[in-house]
Amino acid sequence: MSATMNGKPLLETKGVSKSFGPVQALTKVDFDVYPGEVIALVGDNGAGKSTLIKGIAGIYGFDEGDVYFDGKKVSIHSPREAAALGIEVVYQDLALADNLDVVANMFLGREWTQGVPSTTGAQEATTGLRKYLRNLLPLTEIDMEKRAVRTLDELAVTTLRSVRLPVSSLSGGQRQSVAIAKAVLWNSKVVILDEPTAALGVAQTRQVLNLVRRLAEKNLGVVVISHNLHDIFKVADRITVLRLGHKVTTYIAKETTEQEVVHAITAGQLTRVPGMTQ
Amino acid sequence: MTDIIQESDESVQSALLASQAPQSPAEYLNAMWRRIRSGDIGTLPIVLGLVVIAIIFQTANQNFLTPRNLVNIVIQMAGIAVIAYGMVYVLLLGEIDLSAGYVSAVGGVSAAILLRDSLMNPSLAWIDWWNVIPIALLITTAIGFLHGFIITSFQLPSFIVTLAGLLAWNGVVLMIVGDGGTVNIQNPVVRNLASEVLPPIWSWIIIGLFIASYGVLDFMTANARRKAGLRAKPTPIMIGQLVIMAAIGAFVAYIFNINRALTSAAPPQQGMPVIAVIMLVMLMVLTFVAERTRFGRYVYAVGGNKEAARRAGIRVERIRVLVFMVSGLMAGMGGIILASRLKSVATDAGGGNLLLYVIAAAVIGGTSLFGGRGKVVSAVLGALVVASVENGMGLLNVSSGVKFVVTGLVLLAAVVIDALSRRGQQTGR
Ligand SMILES: Nc1ncnc2c1ncn2[C@@H]1O[C@H](COP(=O)(O)OP(=O)(O)OP(=O)(O)O)[C@@H](O)[C@H]1O
Ligand SMILES: [Mg+2]
Repeated sequence: MSATMNGKPLLETKGVSKSFGPVQALTKVDFDVYPGEVIALVGDNGAGKSTLIKGIAGIYGFDEGDVYFDGKKVSIHSPREAAALGIEVVYQDLALADNLDVVANMFLGREWTQGVPSTTGAQEATTGLRKYLRNLLPLTEIDMEKRAVRTLDELAVTTLRSVRLPVSSLSGGQRQSVAIAKAVLWNSKVVILDEPTAALGVAQTRQVLNLVRRLAEKNLGVVVISHNLHDIFKVADRITVLRLGHKVTTYIAKETTEQEVVHAITAGQLTRVPGMTQ
Repeated sequence: MTDIIQESDESVQSALLASQAPQSPAEYLNAMWRRIRSGDIGTLPIVLGLVVIAIIFQTANQNFLTPRNLVNIVIQMAGIAVIAYGMVYVLLLGEIDLSAGYVSAVGGVSAAILLRDSLMNPSLAWIDWWNVIPIALLITTAIGFLHGFIITSFQLPSFIVTLAGLLAWNGVVLMIVGDGGTVNIQNPVVRNLASEVLPPIWSWIIIGLFIASYGVLDFMTANARRKAGLRAKPTPIMIGQLVIMAAIGAFVAYIFNINRALTSAAPPQQGMPVIAVIMLVMLMVLTFVAERTRFGRYVYAVGGNKEAARRAGIRVERIRVLVFMVSGLMAGMGGIILASRLKSVATDAGGGNLLLYVIAAAVIGGTSLFGGRGKVVSAVLGALVVASVENGMGLLNVSSGVKFVVTGLVLLAAVVIDALSRRGQQTGR
């Protein structure tokens, strides 16, 4: 996998920490993502995995440490800013609105309207007053539907009967596929998936894992959080282990075993200073 | 990074679309039936309800279905429907506005007081119907803003804040009108708003335009979708719907244009009430906003999954404040209509059953109390039910005790249907 690690990392955190009152959820964590790779983030419940990605995604800020994107230091204060950089997150608790249909969910917050050129960049092409007026312009439903269908098609998501069904009527795997396709639609560079296969059956898990691999083939940086090491070894190039808010180490998937990773997650291979790896 | 998408004219070819070959009318109806069975019952219960109501009251009193009384029902429902439009938006968010009744009274009384004072105070002589109405609407919209602002900045339940509003704005109306007082409306335009009718030909023109524009839009959409290679509504279905709508529309226009004067010696009374036109126009505007714009989409999204909306970058608090402003605006409009109907504003304005009727109208029409599900048109259908029941019981001279019980039962039935269909939708995966 060293081939995938050529060049600069797309996304990097250096020494990030976060506490919730007395709970130290993250302590000086270094983490990086390269284009074209799938990197897994593993750790026991409460290890700080969700906290790390929520910090990256701008849901809340880190208490200390820096985030670099494309080599440049960035500070991300909102999901919208993360999206503007090209970071998309598929959350553990699916961030889909059940009452809206597939197309509406894929375009939520970035709907195309008449009078403004359609773009798949996360940045709005409008400024000033027009930005507000745009909220009352007619939506261009047909263009959005075509685009949604094309994206689902490129990702070989073929089990959907219609993109105009409310999301509440879809299966777990279909919902997950929609959530991932939504992340891809926006020319994103880094896609972060929090437990994408939790609660999925065998066939649906395979379907989603294939999807994850296809994202990396499109040269995106893909971060996958999962408790299922079996799944992880199927898709991941590298594996970063968190324990109690500290980073334990990062493994190259081909050069390690499930056993070694389990050991790192649970017991004390913590022989080095937390946060310092390799 | 922001590359502009040039959608090519050729249709999308895809496996997903291949499975979406055009539907035959039979398949379309089949899919509709599946939706109904899975709990998406739409306006079905209400149509049945209206038929039952018509049969019961017509059997009890022969005057119920006369043109004169039907037009009365339309005039009775207008104020309720217009306020309920705003309530639909609030309910779509999963919130409630208990102050709508008295905020509407604030709208009515503001207009009435300003118009009265303009007759006595030369410095207010510039006040006339065309500026007093916007002023009143501005006041009620500001009240809606205040409610929304308090709800979002202190993270309070809308139930409590608007309950406080219910009391406070009732108090404000009492203070303005004065104990036991009444403010009469002299201004002819505002005074006659609720009773004015258009010349008979306009019934045909307005209802015709309404249906024609619906049909044209429907056909254009289907055409564009077909050209884009997307599944479209089958033409026979569209024609069928249009024929049904045209038949209903023609019937309504016909009823409006029958002379409803009580004696043949009296001057003829016929034509469409102006407030019916206002109700129709507001229906179109608010439906467009709810279903065809980003703002409307965000209202549904916040009501469906607030957290998803927030993560999608939607400014949830802003949407909530704006929706309470819409509610205030529509309450003001309804208040002016109601004031015009009574040609005065008294201390009891905005009270009594009004708030319950408004909420009942929205819910009976099929808007969910749980947020995210419903349509603006449900306000009209629900208001029609509520006004019919009220009117019918008025004809039967039943006591107000019975009226309250019956209205309560109708509301309960609507809420139960809502809860059941919601459950049906969740298990219908
Ligand atoms: N919003 C919050 N407020 C307070 N504590 C929090 C909050 N979010 C997370 N925590 C705490 O931070 C720690 C890390 O939580 P986090 O959700 O990141 O774990 P995780 O690795 O994602 O676990 P899981 O595998 O269960 O999803 C836990 O102790 C958790 O209780
Ligand atoms: Mg987690």
